[in-house]
Amino acid sequence: MPRYFTEEHEWIDVDGDVATVGITDFAQGQLGDIVFVEVPDTGAELSKGGDAAVVESVKAASDVYAPVDGTVTEGNAQLEEDPALVNSDPEGEGWFFRMTLGDKSQLDALMDAKAYKAFCDAL
Amino acid sequence: MTDTEFTGDEAAIDTATLPLDAWHRAKGGRMVEFAGYWMPIQYEGIMAEHLWVRENAGLFDVSHMGQLALSGDNVAEALETLVPGDISALKPGRMRYSLLLDEDGGILDDLMITNEGDQFGIVVNGAVKWEDIGHLRENLPDDITLNHNEDYGLLALQGPKAVDALARLVPEAATLVFMQAARATWAGHAIALSRSGYTGEDGFEISLPNEALEAFADALCAMDEVKPIGLGARDSLRLEAGLPLYGHDLTPAIDPAEADLGFAVSKRRREEENFPGAARILGHLEDGPPRRRVGLLVDGKLPVREGAKLFDGEDEIGVVTSGGFAPSVGAPIAMGYVPRDHAVPGTAVAAEVRGKLVHCTVAAMPFVPHNYVRKTGG
Repeated sequence: MPRYFTEEHEWIDVDGDVATVGITDFAQGQLGDIVFVEVPDTGAELSKGGDAAVVESVKAASDVYAPVDGTVTEGNAQLEEDPALVNSDPEGEGWFFRMTLGDKSQLDALMDAKAYKAFCDAL
Repeated sequence: MTDTEFTGDEAAIDTATLPLDAWHRAKGGRMVEFAGYWMPIQYEGIMAEHLWVRENAGLFDVSHMGQLALSGDNVAEALETLVPGDISALKPGRMRYSLLLDEDGGILDDLMITNEGDQFGIVVNGAVKWEDIGHLRENLPDDITLNHNEDYGLLALQGPKAVDALARLVPEAATLVFMQAARATWAGHAIALSRSGYTGEDGFEISLPNEALEAFADALCAMDEVKPIGLGARDSLRLEAGLPLYGHDLTPAIDPAEADLGFAVSKRRREEENFPGAARILGHLEDGPPRRRVGLLVDGKLPVREGAKLFDGEDEIGVVTSGGFAPSVGAPIAMGYVPRDHAVPGTAVAAEVRGKLVHCTVAAMPFVPHNYVRKTGG
């Protein structure tokens, strides 16, 4: 299952026509202790680069953007009870939402794991 | 994903470094621009640092704050023309929280004034220290000398174990009680300390020469009970303690009665009615101000932050001036301004966050009890 990354530190796992989205380990490390996550409602229409979710650390609220166009099929309900999952397992149990892929060609513009690591190392 | 606060991206070219800049970075401090300086917002994490201070002792570098000294004949009387506190009654070795007021009674800054015997020491907020210095120079008589001591840094050691840790280096620490100050010597350096702080915990602020800061910070952090703490935890600790932050909870548009800081308007000064904005402030103290700073307990987990509008039903009634997750409370809390008739603990209000209304309850402050030490040997 290929995983892609954005320059805004979201990851997207693609499985056929659906994808799972979250924020990267680098991102959670920058944010610090996460105390609240607002995931999009099922059925929400997302557009690439648009607001998709909000993650709140002790200090600040940050926007999470949609990596590609699509429709939300599920938000991670576990994050409501346990937002710290984003700190402890950002690229696993701490996923934010699942979505359909409106335009698969948009994935081509995203980074793979190696390119994303190089991107973070340069920050 | 982008931060909406403390990104550091807006840092101006002339952002200054503090004497301990390299020390913070070596300790793993994440540096952000604040009040014109690069400062550590956190080391290991705000939550852990916050809870550490409530149980142990945390070392804060607050060298960005302005350390001023006023001297000259009748300096207390001169200072009283600009602040509403009874400075003349302040005994040597004692300190008092006060407010720099404009002619309408608006708050230009909040500050600590210490009678150091031969002079009055004043610690002001870093973000407005240059404005404060200008205001003092402009409004004090020419025979009062104002010294801005940039050769000294300021550290705060806060938490229930602060006294044990500091007394190992400076034995005089244990002899002070809350809001007392003393001069001392450490490793041949002339230092000044006071039992005060901005966390609600027992603790000290220590002023010492820039060249001594690093060795002193190292000596403290070598102790098991001391860790360096960043600005992030400083903010969450003071919020839980109900202490206002200048530029956010206090501004020139707000007077001491509105800010619920009536204790800073001393009895004698009220009787004499001779401080800036006395008519407005005394009227507000007598009749109740039109709006008042209050604490807010927030239902649920969604943090309510600065700028959130407050509602009673359909009516917009006020605004949040500080807010966030409170680690020791385990829930979001906030402070803000509401009309007088809503400023009663237990009153229900709603805060608007991203178009949603979040239920809040007006609460007495502090949110976490203060642990000040008012008697020694207890």
